[in-house]
Amino acid sequence: MLNSKKSLRFLGKLRLQKWYVPLSDKERKKISRDLVQTILARKPKMCSFLEWRDLKIVYKRYASLYFCCAVEDQDNELITLEIIHRYVELLDKYFGSVCELDIIFNFEKAYFILDEFLLGGEAQETSKKNVLKAIEQADLLQEEAEAPRSVLEEIGLT
Amino acid sequence: MPAPIRLRELIRTIRTARTQAEEREMIQKECAAIRSSFREEDNTYRCRNVAKLLYMHMLGYPAHFGQLECLKLIASQKFTDKRIGYLGAMLLLDERQDVHLLMTNCIKNDLNHSTQYVQGLALCTLGCMGSSEMCRDLAGEVEKLLKTSNSYLRKKAALCAVHVIRKVPELMEMFLPATKNLLSEKNHGVLHTSVVLLTEMCERSPDMLAHFRKLVPQLVRILKNLIMSGYSPEHDVSGISDPFLQVRILRLLRILGKNDDDSSEAMNDILAQVATNTETSKNVGNAILYETVLTIMDIKSESGLRVLAINILGRFLLNNDKNIRYVALTSLLKTVQTDHNAVQRHRSTIVDCLKDLDVSIKRRAMELSFALVNGNNIRGMMKELLYFLDSCDPEFKADCASGVFLAAEKYAPSKRWHIDTIMRVLTTAGSYVRDDSVPNLIQLITNSVEMHAYTVQRLYKALLDDISQQPLVQVASWCIGEYGDLLVSGQCEEEEPIQVTEDEVLDVLEGLLVSNLSTPVTRGYSLTAIMKLSTRFSSVNRIKKVVSIYGSSIDVELQQRAVEYNALFKKYDHMRSALLERMPIMEKTASNGPTEIVQTNGETDPSVVETKHPPPVTQSTNQATDLLDLLGGNDMVPVIQTSVPTKPASAGGELLDLLGDLSLSGGPAPTPAPSVPTSQPPFLLDGLSSQPLFNDIAAAGIPPMTAYNKNGLKIDFTFERANPNPNIAVITINASNSTEADMTDFVFQAAVPKTFQLQLLSPSSNVVPALNQGTVTQVIRVLNPQKQQLRMRIKLTYTHRASSIQDLAEVNNFPPQSWQ
Repeated sequence: MLNSKKSLRFLGKLRLQKWYVPLSDKERKKISRDLVQTILARKPKMCSFLEWRDLKIVYKRYASLYFCCAVEDQDNELITLEIIHRYVELLDKYFGSVCELDIIFNFEKAYFILDEFLLGGEAQETSKKNVLKAIEQADLLQEEAEAPRSVLEEIGLT
Repeated sequence: MPAPIRLRELIRTIRTARTQAEEREMIQKECAAIRSSFREEDNTYRCRNVAKLLYMHMLGYPAHFGQLECLKLIASQKFTDKRIGYLGAMLLLDERQDVHLLMTNCIKNDLNHSTQYVQGLALCTLGCMGSSEMCRDLAGEVEKLLKTSNSYLRKKAALCAVHVIRKVPELMEMFLPATKNLLSEKNHGVLHTSVVLLTEMCERSPDMLAHFRKLVPQLVRILKNLIMSGYSPEHDVSGISDPFLQVRILRLLRILGKNDDDSSEAMNDILAQVATNTETSKNVGNAILYETVLTIMDIKSESGLRVLAINILGRFLLNNDKNIRYVALTSLLKTVQTDHNAVQRHRSTIVDCLKDLDVSIKRRAMELSFALVNGNNIRGMMKELLYFLDSCDPEFKADCASGVFLAAEKYAPSKRWHIDTIMRVLTTAGSYVRDDSVPNLIQLITNSVEMHAYTVQRLYKALLDDISQQPLVQVASWCIGEYGDLLVSGQCEEEEPIQVTEDEVLDVLEGLLVSNLSTPVTRGYSLTAIMKLSTRFSSVNRIKKVVSIYGSSIDVELQQRAVEYNALFKKYDHMRSALLERMPIMEKTASNGPTEIVQTNGETDPSVVETKHPPPVTQSTNQATDLLDLLGGNDMVPVIQTSVPTKPASAGGELLDLLGDLSLSGGPAPTPAPSVPTSQPPFLLDGLSSQPLFNDIAAAGIPPMTAYNKNGLKIDFTFERANPNPNIAVITINASNSTEADMTDFVFQAAVPKTFQLQLLSPSSNVVPALNQGTVTQVIRVLNPQKQQLRMRIKLTYTHRASSIQDLAEVNNFPPQSWQ
């Protein structure tokens, strides 16, 4: 089970973070800070796994973003790498050649995608197609809900 | 009020900020606007505002005032609102917040919503951060959804159930009926999440585990289908069909097959199939192989399969991908205990990993290497490990050094090799070795009698090169103190003996005393070493000078030693050679326990004692009457009492008079001795007189006894009672010699059990004339407050017919009146 999942920017700014265990805000900030520093200190040729406190951290770098997951002792690190990769693929498909700005300006969408892929730290859908389909449908639903209001707005009746 | 700015605009604006302060200002302005908007209870823009708030929260700014707004969004009917509302709840709320519980009702309604995407949102939120109360309240709804035919909801419900079970384990039973036909689903999402749910249940409850064992054939079938089926574009990853599901099934099989023969047998074939058929060129394939290997090792698999698994790991070790090498080393470490021989085959690859650049891999390789060391490969392995020790990072050095010592201790092929190895560690990683290695090493060195000359020579040469590594310096100075005579006489057999003069040796030791690099402990070692050399070298004057200089040292420890050694030179010179004799061979006590107790022949190594924790005192209390306590009963008592006895053991240089029986762990603590003077002042002051102090015989006629009679030496005890204190027995020994040659340099020493206190006064002489022409008398005073049975161990040393003789004896035949 994943305990937390984050993506980090090159200079160490946290973009997205998802926590699956209850921790106070202060603790989360501290953990994030420590982890960011540790990972950014790693050299490029090093392996993607490291032991940190009593957890295993799996991280992978995609362009200027680092994606890292904290997993439990009995979890398979190699498949976690695949999970990270799958998430990036989903983002890529959704945004069309995703780049960091997409994630910044559409952070809520990135979260929605994550929540369609993982639940409680485990993968809920192993088919890329199905995840994207679900997001599409939900987006559609959202647009339908939005549509009437904007029409009213346009004619001046709010 | 104008419409609040859109999310994107806000993001764009904030990103234009050039400094942290500017950003903070913008954020504060916007927060104020949002707050007033919230106050106006504006439904239209609530969603937009909360979204902006979430963005600011992500940047690290406080956003708690938005928590209630999230709740309002969740309660709204609009899907957009719900989406953002639930996202906000997951980001801002957790079970520690009070408002958390208010969500329960909303979630309950949404779980029954007509739109599956709304239900999905609710399930997701509950499954990510539901508290135990929420889980308890909503478990029923989740269970209902677990049975629905809608696979979109079913898969989410399954993972939600996992969360519920984690939070409230008692509810696990409730989900059991719903699991009945989970595995007959075709939908991979549902299959995957179902396997996760089953895994969670099996891990938590042995009953569940037994119940679900019957699913093994079904799981095997599903796995087989995945492998054998053709290309399925929906689930394909680099040519492998749904690797996530495969890995999950393998993991569940592992749990089900553990300790169960039938299940293990049922999965044997499929495991072999997966192990041999999986494509290994990409990470995906290796992930599956990794899980397979873990499963094979954990269940009761047949040996062929196990060998297959270890070979897979061996192949992993040769893989270019670092990650693969890392997991291989981790797994091998887990299996090395059970499948030792199989792992041995890959030893050379593992040792190569020591040279890897990656820290995690190096650490794993080091641990694994130590696990693989055995009697056969010790020489080769040690070479590699020592090379590693030379070049590794400081964080590894301490562990590596300890590992080397342990391995060397267990498997050393020869004493010389062992000592060479230890020297190598001390010289390369000397500052990183643990404190307890110093006494361990000293003990080892004393035991290798034939290597003394070689050892001291090598240590001396090492000292000439480098005096900064304290453990090395301490061991070296101890050895030089002990074996300095061998060093100077150039007796080394193992290698070319070096030419060293006494002055050169003393120069080195004095250099240690003055060097800034030496710690106080090290200085103590070298001062003691110099002192010991006074009996081994001829340049006694020089030593006397050094010792007297340090009598006024600022360091209390050094000062105390120097003062005592000075006293040794001045008043007790006749005792000096006996006290500073070569140490006997030490027996090993617990090898990993607190440091070795150093037995001395009148000389303790206070620094060794310093590293001891309570043992001397606590252990003595456990060994009451059985062990003979080691007491100094000689005239040194007065000297000790004038100085500060911060550590009784360190005060006890001269006090200690350990006799034989080295398995005594009662230690050299002269705990009783310091207290003797305070309670009985008269004894202190009269210590030097050789006349018996008491002429009165209070107890009528305690019969004398013969304590010892061997090789012509006979020792008789006669008893008196001291009048002022009936607890004290005064024993006068008479030593006579019936042989034809004199016994010279006669020294009598005695020790008594812990509950007694003993004081030995000066003998009348140290020559026992031949043919019973005279006797040597000496007075022993024994304080026996508890009136226990008197026992004594005595040690005799003398020179007879040009050979020196030592003997130990126990005296148990004391007449009852002497101690009652």
